[in-house]
Amino acid sequence: MDLRLSDDQQLFRETTRKFLESTCPLETVRRLADAEPAGFDKKWWKRGAELGWVSMLVAEEDGGGSISGHGLLDLVLVAEEMGRLVSPGPLVPTNVVTAALARSGTPTQRREFLPGLVNGDTVAAWCLGTPVAGIDTAGGRVEAAPSDGGYVLDGVTGPVEAGGQADLYLVTIHTGDGVTQCVVPSDTPGVAVGPAHGLDLVRRYAQVRFDQVVVPPDGVLGVAGDAAADAERQLQIAVVLQGAEMVGAVNRAFEFTVEYASDRYSFGRPLASYQALKHRFADMKVWLEAAHATADAAARAVDVDSPLAAELVSVAKSYIGDHAPAILQDCVQLHGGIGVTWDHDLHLYLRRVVTDRSQFGTPGDHRERVAVAMGM
Amino acid sequence: MSTTDGNSVAEEETDAEESVDSFRTRARTWLAENMPLLPDGATNQLLAREDESGERARRLQRFLFDGGFAGICFPAAYGGQGLSRAHQRAFTQESLPYQMPTVFNVPTLSILAPTLLDFGTEEQKVRHIPAMLSGDELWVQFLSEPSGGSDLAGLITRATRDGDVFVLNGSKIWSSGAFRSDYSLCLARTDWQVPKHRGLTMFILKIHQPGIEVRQIKMVNGTGEFCQEFFDDVPMPATDVVGEVNDGWTVASRLLFHERDATGGGSPYVSGVATAVAGQDGQRSDLLDLARESGQTADPRVRQLVAEARVNDRVQSQLVERVTTGIRTGAFPLPAGAIPSLFAATNTERHFDIGLEIAGAGAGAWIDDDADRWGETYLLRQGLSLGGGSNEMQRNIISERVLGMPREYAADRDKPFDEVRHN
Ligand SMILES: Cc1cc2nc3c(=O)[nH]c(=O)nc-3n(C[C@H](O)[C@H](O)[C@H](O)COP(=O)(O)OP(=O)(O)OC[C@H]3O[C@@H](n4cnc5c(N)ncnc54)[C@H](O)[C@@H]3O)c2cc1C
Repeated sequence: MDLRLSDDQQLFRETTRKFLESTCPLETVRRLADAEPAGFDKKWWKRGAELGWVSMLVAEEDGGGSISGHGLLDLVLVAEEMGRLVSPGPLVPTNVVTAALARSGTPTQRREFLPGLVNGDTVAAWCLGTPVAGIDTAGGRVEAAPSDGGYVLDGVTGPVEAGGQADLYLVTIHTGDGVTQCVVPSDTPGVAVGPAHGLDLVRRYAQVRFDQVVVPPDGVLGVAGDAAADAERQLQIAVVLQGAEMVGAVNRAFEFTVEYASDRYSFGRPLASYQALKHRFADMKVWLEAAHATADAAARAVDVDSPLAAELVSVAKSYIGDHAPAILQDCVQLHGGIGVTWDHDLHLYLRRVVTDRSQFGTPGDHRERVAVAMGM
Repeated sequence: MSTTDGNSVAEEETDAEESVDSFRTRARTWLAENMPLLPDGATNQLLAREDESGERARRLQRFLFDGGFAGICFPAAYGGQGLSRAHQRAFTQESLPYQMPTVFNVPTLSILAPTLLDFGTEEQKVRHIPAMLSGDELWVQFLSEPSGGSDLAGLITRATRDGDVFVLNGSKIWSSGAFRSDYSLCLARTDWQVPKHRGLTMFILKIHQPGIEVRQIKMVNGTGEFCQEFFDDVPMPATDVVGEVNDGWTVASRLLFHERDATGGGSPYVSGVATAVAGQDGQRSDLLDLARESGQTADPRVRQLVAEARVNDRVQSQLVERVTTGIRTGAFPLPAGAIPSLFAATNTERHFDIGLEIAGAGAGAWIDDDADRWGETYLLRQGLSLGGGSNEMQRNIISERVLGMPREYAADRDKPFDEVRHN
């Protein structure tokens, strides 16, 4: 958690935590995993939206609004709290698409799509039909042929988060002249959804297919052929939210592992009294605080569109993506056998963190981006 | 304790002061007119190695002092500028292309001066802090002894009261740069009949005087930074006691806090960056240089390694900022200073490992006289992991005093020191 929260942000964080604890504790997450094909309950998502889960990156005149005037820093609080309880819900894709519409949408596009997204009636997914900013997520390809000022899309994506639940897709493609982005409602003829699998218990993935899908000129978001900067920014927002979520998740798992080590006895003393284990907890504490620090720094840089944002986002993803799973696996180790059982909650956290680590660029992918930023 | 400790330095400018922007502009102009530029590719750390006597550093420190840029976060009453951390950060950024007296940063200005600010008498502060800031006094810490460093409170150098003086006998070791330095803070045992923490006293000790022999110790890389001192009936005036007699542990603990702040990178009293190369933004860059010089920048493996080091360095400064803020606001306890220290030490280990990998065969054998000697640098890999409290001690601190885990068993707890087994 950022140590420099305003009172309003503090209050917002507490409200979010209480809401999640009362409406979606881990037992509920486990139940949704089996019982809910979408992974989340749409009515519940709408209540979250009422708390501001999708309004932070949207200007007030478009029906959005933030707590502190720094929408991304507020949204990061939600992501962290959701990580803490491995919550369901398409927080990342919906906000990424919403932010893209808010930033580059025409007045008509904003009027058409933003209200439903902001109030939680609709959700959105981001389909990468081409590598974005050096990141080739899962390798799907969508081709675009120019047609009457718009495009005809053909191809399939890799696994897309909330691909099966989304009412709206943001499709990023490579056109002859550069990167282009289109908004495509999911009921557009030619759009179909195929199954995909996810490691996370409540985060659903789908393959989205485009078969001769016609995108009219007003379906193009931003400037055709010139959307690379927009896509980069979307990636940055996605990675910032992922980072916050991983930090929230690891923070919680570390907390209960410290408690466990203090309560469990071996050879007549608490586990936490053995120096060999204390030192590992100390290392994990250092990594955890470092993960918090770099997550916050990346969020602040992206929030103000700093020239360092691209590098700091990749610094954060590289660091957190490496250390979050490492900490969790050590928490498993320190729990002993119970740590690898289905009934123990650790795997919920591990699944979430490994999912986040692997999407929108692995730590290695992001180190390559850092190398580029260094001028190599 | 007075309130002028490291934590009371303001984070950002206040209305009463010159704005950071105006200060930065003034500093930029002044630096350009007064400070010599770093030669191409050189760092202040490299230049310091050629300045064994410290004369160059003293001269540069004097320039800063005369120009009104020494001790930016020190109180004006003791020769400093009384400004905020933000002013110091601005000055450090502006200073990157220039030669700077970075030898004064650690331990003189970031560890010993703040400890004196916290516990020194007015007379002690007036006598020494301006002298440190003007380049006249370099200081060292006389803490570790041949019998042990981690168990600092178990030291056996003895100071025996004799009227107005204490008489010092024993030996200190691993004191960095003592041969070129003027004063030390020296921790000695003044009472043997009480448990170890309660019988220690901290003294201001002039290094070069009759009764003190200073010997340089050759280190693995061939330099003679380390010293050992032998004390033979050295008289120390009682007015040179810092803090209370037999309460030296309180002073030492505070000193160690400042040391963690300094080694972790959170001290407001550090000016300039020893490892900066002109033209880069203060991030360590020797690995990028190494990759460039050896023509490996297109090798994906090398790119990963260089970027990993950059990631770690960025995260280190972000972590310092977080923990400094946390300690200041009370979100973290004081011992949390061990968190950035441990990060810095393990990051340095990794940094040297990466360098060794990129240097390849050249680390072990080379032809050019002026080739980068990564192998030799690597020999001192553990320096930061030992000096300033070993990584193991930092891990004890974090687990026990930040996470609240049970303390290690100690055979000497609550025993009068003269009944305790020691080396
Ligand atoms: C580059 C450098 C600069 C230094 N500069 C100074 C200086 O200016 N002034 C000064 O006074 N000293 C200085 N030192 C000394 C430094 O503080 C000591 O080396 C350090 O405190 C360790 O003490 P020691 O060398 O006696 O090792 P020991 O205390 O004997 O420790 C040996 C090993 O055992 C481990 N160990 C010890 N006790 C425990 C325990 N309870 N639990 C787990 N592990 C333990 C240690 O971590 C270490 O790995 C410097 C050292 C270095 C390397």
